[in-house]
Amino acid sequence: MMLPPRVPAHLVGAPPYLLQLRQRERWSAAEIAFWIALVAVYFVFPKNLLFASQILISGLFALSLDLILGYAGIVTLGHAAFFGIGAYTAGLLAVHGVRDPLAGLAAAACAGAFAGRLTSFPVLRGSDLARLMITLGIGLLLYEAANRATALTGGVDGLQGVEIGPVLGLFAFDLKGRVAYAYVLGVVFVLFVLVRALMVSPYGLTLACIRENPKRAQAIGVPIGARLGNVYTFSALLAAVAGALLTQTTQFVGIDTLGFQRSADVLVMLIVGGTARLYGGFVGAAVFLIAQDRLADLNPVYWLFWLGILLIVSTLYLEGGVVGGLRHLAARVRGRR
Amino acid sequence: MHSFLGVLFDGIAYGMLLFLVSVGLSVTLGMMNFINLAHGVFAMAGGYLLVTLTGKAGIGFLAALPIVFVGTAAFSFVVERLLYRPLYRAPHLKQVLLTVGIIFVAVAAATYGWGPQQQPVVVPEAFSGQVPVFGLELSRYRLLLIGVGLAVALALVFGLERTRFGARIRASVDRQSTAEALGIHVGRVFQLTLAIGCGLAGLGGALGVNVLGLDPYFPLKTLVYFLLVVVVGGAGSVPGTLLAALLLGVADTAGKYYLPEAGAFIIYAAMVLLLLLFPSGLLGRRRLA
Repeated sequence: MMLPPRVPAHLVGAPPYLLQLRQRERWSAAEIAFWIALVAVYFVFPKNLLFASQILISGLFALSLDLILGYAGIVTLGHAAFFGIGAYTAGLLAVHGVRDPLAGLAAAACAGAFAGRLTSFPVLRGSDLARLMITLGIGLLLYEAANRATALTGGVDGLQGVEIGPVLGLFAFDLKGRVAYAYVLGVVFVLFVLVRALMVSPYGLTLACIRENPKRAQAIGVPIGARLGNVYTFSALLAAVAGALLTQTTQFVGIDTLGFQRSADVLVMLIVGGTARLYGGFVGAAVFLIAQDRLADLNPVYWLFWLGILLIVSTLYLEGGVVGGLRHLAARVRGRR
Repeated sequence: MHSFLGVLFDGIAYGMLLFLVSVGLSVTLGMMNFINLAHGVFAMAGGYLLVTLTGKAGIGFLAALPIVFVGTAAFSFVVERLLYRPLYRAPHLKQVLLTVGIIFVAVAAATYGWGPQQQPVVVPEAFSGQVPVFGLELSRYRLLLIGVGLAVALALVFGLERTRFGARIRASVDRQSTAEALGIHVGRVFQLTLAIGCGLAGLGGALGVNVLGLDPYFPLKTLVYFLLVVVVGGAGSVPGTLLAALLLGVADTAGKYYLPEAGAFIIYAAMVLLLLLFPSGLLGRRRLA
């Protein structure tokens, strides 16, 4: 038997929906264990910290996609645009002398939010198909621009000579990736807490409402355009921060940060992990990157084959991704007791 | 061939090729409301089938084309039955993911079967070289493309407007439930329409080996072009698809001749702009797109 949630004194006798909101806000034991496990990774796998940072960064990127795709229901094929903008912003700043990592993150966040705001207007009008095409188009446009502007971006060779200063002026990045991991984990955790607070709040509920039934959302007074516009902007900001983190931890920006493949990959990560579940992106990124690491060793083309099979099977048979499946399992185990 | 008329001619030939490949996509996107990003896979299948038939099996170029059409149409039956049908009513996101997955598998399969290099194709004597028309030296192969494109466009319009099967398609698209009540097997009608569209894609892919090239990444590289034609033209409309294909063919060719350093930038910018101006396409069926 689960204990009924404790009701704080000032909420005794409050209407049930308030108690439900309250319940959504509470951190469950599984969640706390998840973050403790991420801290433990630092001590348990000291040799794989660079790889672990990549997983966290991809997880943050997938979380940003989750905001617009999982919560708000906007299908996009060009999310890498914002990731790339963040990566290039941080990289270019570092190349031109601004080496402080946090300043780089802040600049990337601003650039991403600006780009998100700018593109939110065309993206939010029209049907799914028009959205797909416009997001795909904007992504390709940026890729092509970065490809042609070799003087600024280095073109296909990528941006070389990125040097990042120590975090907070104290901790210099080391070759084993210890500082990188701690830095990435800190940033990701802070942003996650922000996203979580936003998504369990009534604001997050209105997003789900828009996704499930736009007409009803409008009828109960949800400002649909404004909601979608600002969640899109926020998502772009998060994606840009993820891109900047990648630049800072690898000290390099490749043009593939803007590519279609990256947009497709993050989509797969999120779907495999499970949408609208906050943790889906992280779980999906871990599954995806570890599988890629193992399978791409054999041959990159065969990795593409297995990725395709994964996509087909997960759309046909897997509802809710890994996290959804685990929750389903947990609910059944609990029900049996 | 740098004269304006020459560029126009090349552009129209290219546009006809785009039309051939894209018109089937227009069916799945516009009529069946299925976001089929894997359409280029059928074009690629057609290309590889042609290369294999003319190269290894030693069948003539012209004789191979009908085989390619039938082969890719048959292939589409299998794919529709196994993969597309369960997701007709699913959210668009699922359709996107499924079809992107099909692209990835196809890329890997083509690399496994034929290797990563560009495939050569032998064009018969009758279609190589140039022929003088009104003082312009026109490539025979491009004349063939224009001829086939026009024939297919006419056949499609005639088929849709004047035949019983065309009437069934139009009825199924306009109001599925009423069509079903009248005894039309809507599922089978769509399946056949899809097969014809995929067959045409295969034909276009086969004819396009000479122009677009053929390698395992074909479906990803060309995805944007085909989507572009359909979305700009208005999904579900044959004349719209033709118009958009010709426009984009000419624009892309002109861009390659006059502004080669801009690369694909122009075509992507044109797409975003056109979509902003016409969210449901130039000649779109407003209700569906």
